[in-house]
Order: sequence, then structure tokens, then C-alpha cells
Amino acid sequence: MLPPILWGGYLRTEVQTAHATSTQPQLTLTDSPQSTARARTLVLVGVLDARAAGTLARQVRKKLPAKKSKLILDLTGVTAIDNAGTATLVDLWRLGHARHFAVELTGVQPAVLTALKQFHVTVALPKPVVVPGFFEDFGTGVWGAIEALGRFTVLASDTTVGAVQSLFTPGRMRWAAYFRESSLMGSQALGIVGLITFLIGLTLAFQSAYQLRQFGAAIYVAALTAISMVREMGPLITAILVAGRSGSSITSEVATMKVGEEIDAMQVMGIPFVDFIAVPKVLAMVTMVPLLTILADFLGILGGWIVGMVYLDIAPKPYLQKTIDALVTKDLVTGLFKSVVFAWGIALIGLYHGAGVRGGAQEVGKATTASVVSAIFFIIVADSIFSIIFYVVMA
Amino acid sequence: MTHEKAKPESEVVLDVRGLTVRYGTNTVLDRVDMTVRQGEIRVILGGSGSGKSTLLKGILGLTEIAHGKIAILGQPMHVDDEKKRGQLMQRIGVLFQNGALFGSLTVGENVALPLREHRRLPDGASAELVRMKLAQVDLAHAENLYPAELSGGMKKRAGLARALALDPEMLFCDEPSAGLDPLTSAELDNLILTLRDQLKMTVVVVTHELASIKAIADSLIMVGGGKVIAEGPMAEVRGRGIAAVDEFFARKAKKARQQETSVAELFGLAPAKGGA
Repeated sequence: MLPPILWGGYLRTEVQTAHATSTQPQLTLTDSPQSTARARTLVLVGVLDARAAGTLARQVRKKLPAKKSKLILDLTGVTAIDNAGTATLVDLWRLGHARHFAVELTGVQPAVLTALKQFHVTVALPKPVVVPGFFEDFGTGVWGAIEALGRFTVLASDTTVGAVQSLFTPGRMRWAAYFRESSLMGSQALGIVGLITFLIGLTLAFQSAYQLRQFGAAIYVAALTAISMVREMGPLITAILVAGRSGSSITSEVATMKVGEEIDAMQVMGIPFVDFIAVPKVLAMVTMVPLLTILADFLGILGGWIVGMVYLDIAPKPYLQKTIDALVTKDLVTGLFKSVVFAWGIALIGLYHGAGVRGGAQEVGKATTASVVSAIFFIIVADSIFSIIFYVVMA
Repeated sequence: MTHEKAKPESEVVLDVRGLTVRYGTNTVLDRVDMTVRQGEIRVILGGSGSGKSTLLKGILGLTEIAHGKIAILGQPMHVDDEKKRGQLMQRIGVLFQNGALFGSLTVGENVALPLREHRRLPDGASAELVRMKLAQVDLAHAENLYPAELSGGMKKRAGLARALALDPEMLFCDEPSAGLDPLTSAELDNLILTLRDQLKMTVVVVTHELASIKAIADSLIMVGGGKVIAEGPMAEVRGRGIAAVDEFFARKAKKARQQETSVAELFGLAPAKGGA
């Protein structure tokens, strides 16, 4: 008899017996002729391992013994058993326990017995998780949303007040952090924001030219491109790009700090999170996004201008004249106002999702995704509301 | 190793009364009382999930507490006044589990941060102080390295240097030996002993490392299931014959085997243990 071998964390006990066919790994299962209505006997020969587990379970379930009867498993021919096999036996025992039939083992080989002695189980199963009902679920959800809104409001008001205060007391402001953030959010985004809005301007001009040319009104491409860029596309596209670029990075940075207990460390060092992290980020965002929006407006109009010259054969000067005529100050002011609000939202949503992280590193990724999605949602909803206010209510 | 015991008449520097912390409906700490006197090294011990880390976080105001009163150095904690709390925080130092260094700052800048925030020192003096603190934890060579470039033990020592930057009266350590090899862990223990002996600092350490507890603890408080199991001077607590304490020190934590049966017993192939 070989000693039990621990191999790869996988306990397997091998033994050679009189009828062992150790070269034959598969388990064979036969109904014994001694089976009666009261006691069904299954004869098992081979190795009771993971491969055999399914066969055994299926065989028993196909012909479940009657209540108060016995299922006898003749293990005389079983030469080895592994953990999966043992688990299958325990599972059968539990099935029997639930369906009121007894499971007995006979002819257990010494090595198999050793394995069965080593494997411990808890007879009482853990209580099943209680799935909350609809109303409980709904109530928890609503309460959670109210709490989340409360936490966001506290963070938003603390940060906004802190930002305004630090504008009036420049000594309190972390200027180094502000300039670092501004460079990350502003100057490093020039390329991508410029390119995307240039292409948007180009596309807008192309698409509208296709329609307007039919009426001989191709010159109105200038007005259309200018107004849609300055009122809508400039602020909107810039904000969405910044949400993806900087909103996500705020969340992942703050979340990583939270997971690494850096936020806790700041608190016990008496360094307020709002002053140190939140205010520089919000101020950088609120100042950089409008500047990026101005760039976006210009490049969008430039895109339209190029389409006008190359594709529509409009002279450069009349095109520009038409652009200037079409725009009013209100367009630019409302556009920039919107971009400030978008920036404020992106930064605070980013901070909120980052600071709310609990647990390990995998939560950082989840928070980042949630932050970008809710920032874009915020941008679109706020934009719709502003459109109504500026061009319906204040028209 | 024997230490001079904290004299019972020495001043109470940490007083926790009825601290209760809940996460949802789950009570993590249930009316915990704790008193730490000036100049002692107090170990908070307990198995994982016992609530010992939550106790530390609760004391430091890093987790929301359901009720309870905490006084550190005679000052009430959890005052809504952020300014007062900030001032109290300057009188204590905290070493977090993995150092909690700011990843965007070098080791030197990390140590300099509390100085820059709370002390108006000339630049030269500040730099000198940072180097002194780093030398104290044997990290003088690492001043210009970033936390990502440090080993686990170095991060903790750098975290300790930062915690000591303002010469605190009290030091809190969260699992200082976790994840360290025995030698590094022993060095950190010696450092903590030196602080107590030379600077008369009060130290509160959360740990479950037996070697560390035996080396540094003057007194201990054992937490289990959110409650205090035992509190008092080391020798006294161990002499009381409390099962949980004895098990902890004997390293014989019994698993809940009472509810477990071997598969052989399940099928009646072996006699059931203890007639259960």
C-alpha cells in the first residue's frame, strides 16, 4: 500500500486490492442483483474522482430511492477517491437527508477510509441568503440615492465655498497644485480638443452644405456652423472630452489615494482634503474648460471655413463676414457660461466618485467608469436645461 | 524582555467610552471602553475581523461612529470644529498599514508635508529636520525616492518618519509588522521601544503578531466580536486564564470544529468525536 500522496494540493489516496484494476481509471457503476425495493445497491468499481462524480450523481438521480429506503454504495472495487469524489458522496448524503432515504457505504477500502476521515464537512448548511422583496429593494434603492445625493451636496458645497474663499484669500490657495492641474487639464488637452472640434466643424459644414446648396443658400453654411459651434457643439464636445480625459483621472487619482489610506493620512495630519485636493482641481477645471471651449469654437468655425472655400467655392472674406454677422454676444456668453457649469460638474462628480470608494483596487476601475458615465449624463441633462432657459424662457 | 511598567498614577492620554460602530445593521464595535496612560505601549490585539482596526479608525475619527465619547490628550475628539480637530491631530502621529505615503511626492517631501502645513520653519531648517527624521528611521539615503520605488518595510519606516515629523505626544500604529520579514519587523519594534523610552511617547499599536506583542507591549486590550475580551497590563491579562487570551498566546486557536464532522463519521464509518 502506498502512502497518501499530496500532489499539487490535491489529495489522492491510492491503494491496490485484490480486485483492483488500477490501470483502469474510469468508474463503472452497476445495479447489484441484490437490490430490493427497500434497499438499492450500486456496485462501484474503479476510481471515484472528478470524472466519475457526474456519472454517479446522474445514476442516482435517475432512479431515486423511495422514502425511508436505503441506497447502498458498494465501494469494494473503489481503489481511490479524491476530494471531488468525496464531495459527491457528501452531496448524495445531503440529497438523502432531504428526500428521506439513507445512504450507506459498504466495503470501504482502508485508503478510501483514510481519505474520508481527512475531509471535514459542516452538517448544517449555511443559512440561505434572504433575497429582499420588491418593496424592500425599492426602499433601499431610494434611501441609497437620497444618501448619495446628500453626500454629493456636502462635498459640492464644501468645495465650492472653499474655492470661492481661496479666490479671496490667495494665501490659502495651493497655487502649485492649481498650476499642475491646469496644465494637465488645459494645455495637455489642446491637441485633442482642437482636432476633434475642427473635424466637427468640418462635418457640420459638409452636412448642412448638402442641403442648403439645393436652395442656392450655400453662404448660410457660415452662419449655421458658427451658431451651432458656439452655442452647442463647442461647449458640449469640449466638456465630454474633458470628462473622459480629466474627470476619469480625478476619480482614479482620488480613489487610489483613498484605497491607499492617503486620504485618511491627510485627515490625521490635519490637512483638509477639500483645500488640498478638491479646490485646486475644481478651480483648474472651471478655468481651463472655458478656455478650451473658446479654442473649440474657433477651430470648429475654421473647419467650416475650409469646407466653404474648398467645397462650396465661397470666398474667404464673405464667409467670415457672414460668420461675424450671424453671431451675437449672447451666443458666446451662454456658451461659456455652460462650459463653466459643465466643468464644475465634471470635477465634483469625479471627486465624489473617487472619495466614495471603499475596499480594494478593483473598486477604482468601477468608480472611474461610473464617474465618466455620470459626468456625461450630467453634461447632456444640464445642456438641455440651459437650451430651454436661454432660448425659450429668455428668448 | 521586561519594561518599566506605566505607573498607575500617570496621566490618562486616551479615554474611550462606549464606542459603538455600525456598518449598516452590522455592529462592528459594541460599547468599547479603553484607557491608555501616558508613556505606555498599548497593544490592541485580536483576530482578523475582530474589530481591532475599526477601533483604531473610530478613535482617530476615520470612520463614522454610532455613539461613544473619545478624548485624546484630554481633548474631546469628534468635535465638529474642524480647526480644533486639526490642532489636536497635530499632537498625534499615525503610521498606516502600508505607510500611506503620497505617491506624487518623494519620501523627503512626504515627511516635509506636515512641517510645511503646520510649522513656519525657514526652508533650511525644515530640510534639516526632514533629514533628521529620515535618519531616525534609517532612511537617509531614500530622501529623493518616490514611494513606488520603496520596499514594504521602507514604506512603513518612511510613514513612521512622517508620523513623527511634528514630534507628536502620541503615536498610533496600524499593523506595523504586517507583511514584513521577522528581522525588519523586529527593527520596527525596537524603533517603537526607543520612542517610548527616550521621548516618553505613548504608543498605541494594532497588531496580531505574537513576536511583536511580546517584544513591545506594556499592556494590551483584546477585542473579539466587537467587544473587549480583556484589558490591562500584559502579565495580569495573561494570568487571568481567559480562554481567548490563552488560545491567542498559545497559538492554538481552535477552529470551530465542534460543528464539523469528517465524511467518515457522516457515513458511520468512524466513531463520532466527543459523542456530539
